[in-house]
Amino acid sequence: MAFYVLRRILTMIPTLLVISLLTFVIIELPAGDYISNQIAALKAAGESASIAKLEFMRAEFALDRPFFERYLIWVGLWPGPHGFDGLLQGNWGWSFEYDKPVAEVVGPTLPLTIVLNTATILFVYIVSFPIGIYSATRQYSWGDYGFTLVGYIGLATPNFLLGLILLYFANRWFGLSIGGLMDPQYIGEPWSVAKAISILGHLIVPTVVIGTAGTAAMIRRLRANLLDELHKQYVTTARAKGMREARLLLKYPLRMALNPFIADIGNLIPSLVSGSVIVSVVLNLPTVGPILLNALQSQDQFLSGFVLLFVAILTLLGMLVSDLLLAVLDPRIRLGGKAPS
Amino acid sequence: MNVLTVDDLSVDFVTGEGRSRAVNGVSFSVPENRTVALVGESGSGKTVISQTIMGLLPEKAHVTGGRVLFRDPASDGEPVDIARLDRKGQTLRAIRGNRIAIIFQEPMTSLSPLHTIGDQIGEAAQLHRGAGPAEARELTREMLSLVRFPDPARALDAYPFELSGGLRQRAMIAMAMICHPALLIADEPTTALDVTIQAEILKLMKDVQETLKMSMLLITHDFGVVANMADEVVVVYHGRVMEQGSAAQLFGNPQHAYLKALLNAVPRFGMEAGERLIPIRPIEPHAEGFLKSGRTQAATPGTPLVSLSGVTKRFVTRKGGVFGGKPHSLLALDDINLTVNRGECLGLVGESGSGKTTTAKAVLRALEIDEGEIRYDAGSGPVDVARLSGAELLDYRKRVQLIFQDPFSSLNPRMTVNDLLAEPLVIHKVGTPAERAERVRELMRLVGLDARFLRRYPHSFSGGQRQRIGIARALALNPEFILCDEPTSALDVSVQAQILNLLKDLKRELGLTYLFVSHNLAVVDYIADRIAVMCRGRVVEVAPTRELVENPLHPYTRALLESVPEPDLDAPLDFAKLDAGRASEPDAWPHPYRLDDGMAPTLVELEPGHFVCAPGLSDRAPVSSVKETAL
Repeated sequence: MAFYVLRRILTMIPTLLVISLLTFVIIELPAGDYISNQIAALKAAGESASIAKLEFMRAEFALDRPFFERYLIWVGLWPGPHGFDGLLQGNWGWSFEYDKPVAEVVGPTLPLTIVLNTATILFVYIVSFPIGIYSATRQYSWGDYGFTLVGYIGLATPNFLLGLILLYFANRWFGLSIGGLMDPQYIGEPWSVAKAISILGHLIVPTVVIGTAGTAAMIRRLRANLLDELHKQYVTTARAKGMREARLLLKYPLRMALNPFIADIGNLIPSLVSGSVIVSVVLNLPTVGPILLNALQSQDQFLSGFVLLFVAILTLLGMLVSDLLLAVLDPRIRLGGKAPS
Repeated sequence: MNVLTVDDLSVDFVTGEGRSRAVNGVSFSVPENRTVALVGESGSGKTVISQTIMGLLPEKAHVTGGRVLFRDPASDGEPVDIARLDRKGQTLRAIRGNRIAIIFQEPMTSLSPLHTIGDQIGEAAQLHRGAGPAEARELTREMLSLVRFPDPARALDAYPFELSGGLRQRAMIAMAMICHPALLIADEPTTALDVTIQAEILKLMKDVQETLKMSMLLITHDFGVVANMADEVVVVYHGRVMEQGSAAQLFGNPQHAYLKALLNAVPRFGMEAGERLIPIRPIEPHAEGFLKSGRTQAATPGTPLVSLSGVTKRFVTRKGGVFGGKPHSLLALDDINLTVNRGECLGLVGESGSGKTTTAKAVLRALEIDEGEIRYDAGSGPVDVARLSGAELLDYRKRVQLIFQDPFSSLNPRMTVNDLLAEPLVIHKVGTPAERAERVRELMRLVGLDARFLRRYPHSFSGGQRQRIGIARALALNPEFILCDEPTSALDVSVQAQILNLLKDLKRELGLTYLFVSHNLAVVDYIADRIAVMCRGRVVEVAPTRELVENPLHPYTRALLESVPEPDLDAPLDFAKLDAGRASEPDAWPHPYRLDDGMAPTLVELEPGHFVCAPGLSDRAPVSSVKETAL
């Protein structure tokens, strides 16, 4: 097992390298870069005074080098203008748009992004499991139809609309401030109990909004999976032993129906980040989503590259977690391939 | 005293299309310590009866009349009417798995793959006998040694997928037995097992019944199993009891026409040379037109059509799964030498994993072989099949066709019968559309199906009809060599007789050659001219059918023949002689048959035309000369 975990982690290294290369290719796909666009704009406006400064910056950030050299410098495998100074050395790059190091731009948003994503995944699983089990065991009942209807509405409603509606009511009934992830007075303040409570309160609306579509989809899938399993022979075997229905359901078919969901943890993360960009903009959430959107629009390449890479790492970690969980939960994977004796 | 009395039981299924009666006024009883066999074909309602007794009927089934009285011999209480109890209620749950237990047909799917068998077996003891986890584990270990697990203590923590089919069925029996039930329902307990394993499981069930003093309701369609196990027999057909009585009565003097017909449809050893099975619904093949014209008979019957020499196939499996591990190779075919002569039917017999289907696939060139040669004589001398390409290969594909085992999954459910039968013609660009349409109609008549069915889809046909469609499809290109891969193992006995007769007639009418793969020796005995027996990827014995059945020389062939339950009370299985599982271990065979790893499975001609794998005798007849005669 230990060997497996080690091997699994080691294979992540080449994967990460390939992903970083792909990310770099993608952010470089549009013609030009942030600074040459600036230069072009200045030239068009007839101002040539600051062009020299920008040209200096181009050299400073190695934007005048060939593609692969730029990539290697970004990663930190090639000496740039200041020696080895890239991601590997802990330098996340410079954001032209904010005129700050990337670390300072995204730094405060990363923990909040992780908190929000974790909360959303938990929300999706906690809500969809009981409902999915209920729907499967009482197929074609009123409850099943009701949840199906709510689920479809959840799938069909635009997230930002739902977000606005929920914000309105949260503000009216509970006095929650509109937008953001905490009350305005805590922004920039050191951590305190009151700030944490405020964040928890503000988490509810975005979590529900971002999680609704995922929840609805998961209910449908769990229902379908469980319905398949409920008619399998081993369920009848368990029933023939005289087991109680509820206990039987949890021990046998549910356990079997779980695999696809555990395998899904890794895939859920990128879809939550990319799917929540618009919601984050609408709800004014300080997560990486809006930053990514901005950076892509203004070709702030080091910033967008870092965010894309960050999401990729989250995904890889999610997949690692789901692979390890699967191996723990399913003996066929753990002991797989052993020939019948 | 009767443990179970079923009295005028009727069960209806309520579906979207209305009500249908699955069980109609069935009455029978199971006396204490006796075995009652419930016999019938698929759709006869025998499984519904067992579900009613267990209280496991599906939601849409309703008991509309009658009683199911269970009287527990262990307590002196009043009998309980199971049909009246709430299916999910406490009273029934206390009986289920405790006083009445059940074994299912499929040991592969009846156990949860995610839980150890110790966990699954001990569960009933914890539920009904109030045992704690440690005590349940101990009881489970006792049970596993009762059903003769090789290493019960270790088996407790094994997962079902780590066990063979036979061991899984033993685990199922242990699970059913752990609370010492008064009544055991065995629903086709051995249908999915190999014949030698079947004999072991039947013996085990008899022994356990003796030890635990219980009654048994055995549900089966196999009269061989009935003859060996049952004291009393109940024959059901379309939800009604056709006939019931003691086994001696029913086998000695069957009364009802249905039972007589069923008994006549079962292939037995020692049938007369020209004797035919009598199916309940016989069909007459009508060969005419292009089919009758057949292929130009370039070669005379009796000359070799296909010959395999030294065919070897290894499958490389990566074991150890995601945890890494070294590749393992599995010898699926080890130096196979076989010849199929033009116009004959060669039966290929073996248990699961013996390599018989792999052999058929190799001949079909559906998989590449590692060593050896398969030569096919299309009339102009033998040609190596592996070297065929282009037009030659296309021609070979037309000459060699396959009939599949499972008539349900081998027909595309989205294609009409017409499309299914015309597809081979379209692929090989045979004829104009009008000619194709005519051919398809001919094919339908050939297998005794009405041409009006051509526009239907496979789902509207029964299993036997589907298999006939499969046969018609195999014949569409006018082949000369047909590989039959267990064509009747998924069918009821009466339908099996029909298909076997059809295959026999077609062979005669169209001058076909068959390679008939089957695990059922009686079936092969009925249809084949010669039989080759395979075990662990080797051919162990080849001989003309009669010679092989009456004078088997190889220990494996003998064990195989001894474990076939015959539908005859005077020829019971010799349970004492069964040597648990050893017969299929090549290194446990006695000299001169003993075969260690790496030894060449040399075939020696011990009697004219009768070849036996006996490496110990290979010095008596040089290998080369044996190979020449074998080809």
